Amino acid sequence: MSELLTLKYTVHGDNFTGAGEASVSMKRELRQLGFDANVIRRAAIAMYEGEINMVIHAEGGEAEVIISEDRIEIILRDEGPGIANVELAMKDGFSTAQDNIRALGFGAGMGLPNMKRYSDDMRIETEIGKGTTVYMTILSDSPKNAL
Amino acid sequence: MQIKECTAARLAEELGLETVVSADPERRVCCGYAGDLLSWVMGRAPVDCAWVTVMSNVNVVAVATLADVGCVILAENAELDEDAAEKARAVGINVYRTAMPVFEVCAKIANRG
Repeated sequence: MSELLTLKYTVHGDNFTGAGEASVSMKRELRQLGFDANVIRRAAIAMYEGEINMVIHAEGGEAEVIISEDRIEIILRDEGPGIANVELAMKDGFSTAQDNIRALGFGAGMGLPNMKRYSDDMRIETEIGKGTTVYMTILSDSPKNAL
Repeated sequence: MQIKECTAARLAEELGLETVVSADPERRVCCGYAGDLLSWVMGRAPVDCAWVTVMSNVNVVAVATLADVGCVILAENAELDEDAAEKARAVGINVYRTAMPVFEVCAKIANRG
């Protein structure tokens, strides 16, 4: 399927209040392209959780969104500490976030599970001390649109 | 929970809420949701809901935007940061405020028929 648009964002690690700007911008673009509201919502939530993770754990990173007619591919790259145990990190409620993050309403161990829940496909490549790349695909036509 | 559909401004008026940001007063509201854990709310809050919370930082506005909520109701007089209010105006999120606790706000929303 032909690619409609590619978006690139820098997520700043020192700016917790700015987290979400990339997701909101992507959401606006998807709306202009005429995507279904449920598809947009899933992509926006998955992307925002990824942004928050990059701010909390990796001092920021880069986000790339490749938009095609039938899918939205989100690639989140950081040069943070990496994830020691991906299987554990994927469990609902597991978190290594500090108390100051929890006070903001995050760090409840729902970020990665939410990203998996709202995307149709999710893959994590991580290396300790090098960083993490998360690949997510949100399909236009998916049973998850009913979520 | 589904409620009788109305506009955000109408709901605020009926409940006697203080208006903090009236960015889109005609925005549709058709259900309610309560929660403070942002990741939880973002994953579960229904579209067009009145979201009742005591969280009031700028991330609340981002979550409200991304989850397509109809309005945010800050309970227990939680105060919205100025940068959060500015962001809410910019992205079109209605924010109201009340001294009522979360449970009482929800009960009133549920009981309006």
